[in-house]
Amino acid sequence: MFKKFCRYLEIYAALWRNSVIREMGFKSNFVLWIFVEMLWFVLQISFIAVIYQHTDRIASWSKWEVVLLVGVSHLVQQLFSAFVFTNVIQLSELVRTGKLDFMLLLPINTRFLVSFRQVDLGGFVNSASALVVIIYSAVQLHAVPTFLQCLIFPVFVLAAMITHYSLMLILASSSFITVRAQGIVWGYYNLFNISRLPDAVFRGFFKAFFTFGIPMLLVANVPAKLILQRLSSPGQALLLMLMAFICFSVSELVWRASLRRYTSASS
Amino acid sequence: MKKYWHVINIGIQNTLVYRINFLFRASFALIPLIATIYLWRAVFASKKGDPSIVGYSLAGMISYYLLVTIVDAFTAVNEDDWQIAADIKDGNINQFLLKPIDYLWYRLCLFFAGRAIYVVAAAVPVGLFVFFHREYFVLPADLPTLAIFVLSITMTALLQFFMSYTMAMLAFWVLEVSTFIFILFAFEYIAGGHLFPLDILPPLVAKLLNFTPFPYQMFFPVGIYLGRITGAELWQGMFIQASWLLIFYGLARTIWNRGIRRYTAVGG
Repeated sequence: MFKKFCRYLEIYAALWRNSVIREMGFKSNFVLWIFVEMLWFVLQISFIAVIYQHTDRIASWSKWEVVLLVGVSHLVQQLFSAFVFTNVIQLSELVRTGKLDFMLLLPINTRFLVSFRQVDLGGFVNSASALVVIIYSAVQLHAVPTFLQCLIFPVFVLAAMITHYSLMLILASSSFITVRAQGIVWGYYNLFNISRLPDAVFRGFFKAFFTFGIPMLLVANVPAKLILQRLSSPGQALLLMLMAFICFSVSELVWRASLRRYTSASS
Repeated sequence: MKKYWHVINIGIQNTLVYRINFLFRASFALIPLIATIYLWRAVFASKKGDPSIVGYSLAGMISYYLLVTIVDAFTAVNEDDWQIAADIKDGNINQFLLKPIDYLWYRLCLFFAGRAIYVVAAAVPVGLFVFFHREYFVLPADLPTLAIFVLSITMTALLQFFMSYTMAMLAFWVLEVSTFIFILFAFEYIAGGHLFPLDILPPLVAKLLNFTPFPYQMFFPVGIYLGRITGAELWQGMFIQASWLLIFYGLARTIWNRGIRRYTAVGG
């Protein structure tokens, strides 16, 4: 078991090396993408700033609390895109062109290879900018997390990333059936818009669906509430963990079922 | 002219392949819209004393977003910019340099064909959505307003197209245009009025924005429809919109001519 783990770690290190080499081949493009992501981040924060020109509370959330939430959502999203997003996006192309054949033949877990082939280094730079925004708004709010909370925060972020990754893989797996699933996968991007809003804003079916179905209202809200001292009971935190686990399990089942349908293309 | 009708015809047949894709896209796009409406509901709920924001009631705000969705379906550039850039990069424009067909008009025909199919595909989810919020859906004040709205939305579609076309021309100089397209899109998204009505911004900022092309990509026609832009402001706006349209048409032509000069026809 441990030996196997070390082997995968070694492979992953090699994949990292390749990614760095690839990115450095297109330096200006690399910088431009970081700029694009920053621009969108600034845009989200300006939206919040514009709204708070006309009110000072949204469902009991103050301006800096929402900015912190936007920061947490961005952090999760950027870490997610740093590690897996580019890879999962490419799955439909791998299926369409039949390039998945080569990956199935390699003596390695295919899901691992498909999910972690490339690392998007820009994502780490953007995560850093998200962290700056989180820390700055925490300072504005005089919110000082305890040592324990600092330890738990990364765990929540990891659970949120696993949730995003699993849901995305489930969506991408539809490419085994419809082949041209890229549009569906990009549609997932729309869901990020929900995760940066305070959950208290939503009501009824919408809230239930995006909490217990597609847990968009947990992935950023729970880690943000931890810092904001808004987690009165561990219920929501446990729910996030549970949903991450369920999403991951379902994605594994869907992935296996989809692979069984794979018929390869051309060749 | 007949040949361009053929292009539209071919464009319609080609994009029909993507009808399910369009349906999904239009439906998915409703999710953030619903979220935004919830957000404004919460904002209005927390403002107990004064129930309006710069003249927008909650109902007015929701009608604004409904109209944004509709105008977007009619005018947004979908993948035209990517395709144009790819045509240049892959050397597919070679054939247009030889044929008696103008690439710009050719692409414009495809854009219209794509929009026509998109509107039909999006009609179901967007129609249902509007129906669900029908109490907030308002009709324009009178016929002249409707007429000016139609004129303005047509110019919006053309402006969107010419701006994207000009942007895609960058493919003559750089390999990857997607970052530039996303940067333009970000400006269009916030300064165009997708995210929020521009007149809730501080008046000076809103006034300055009116001189940029962005409000004319979305906010301006919606503002006309809702009767928020009237009188002298309306005619001034129409003039600026028409000017930007001409400027971007001119830019599209000029940059194409410059690009062609250094074009090396890769692939062929």
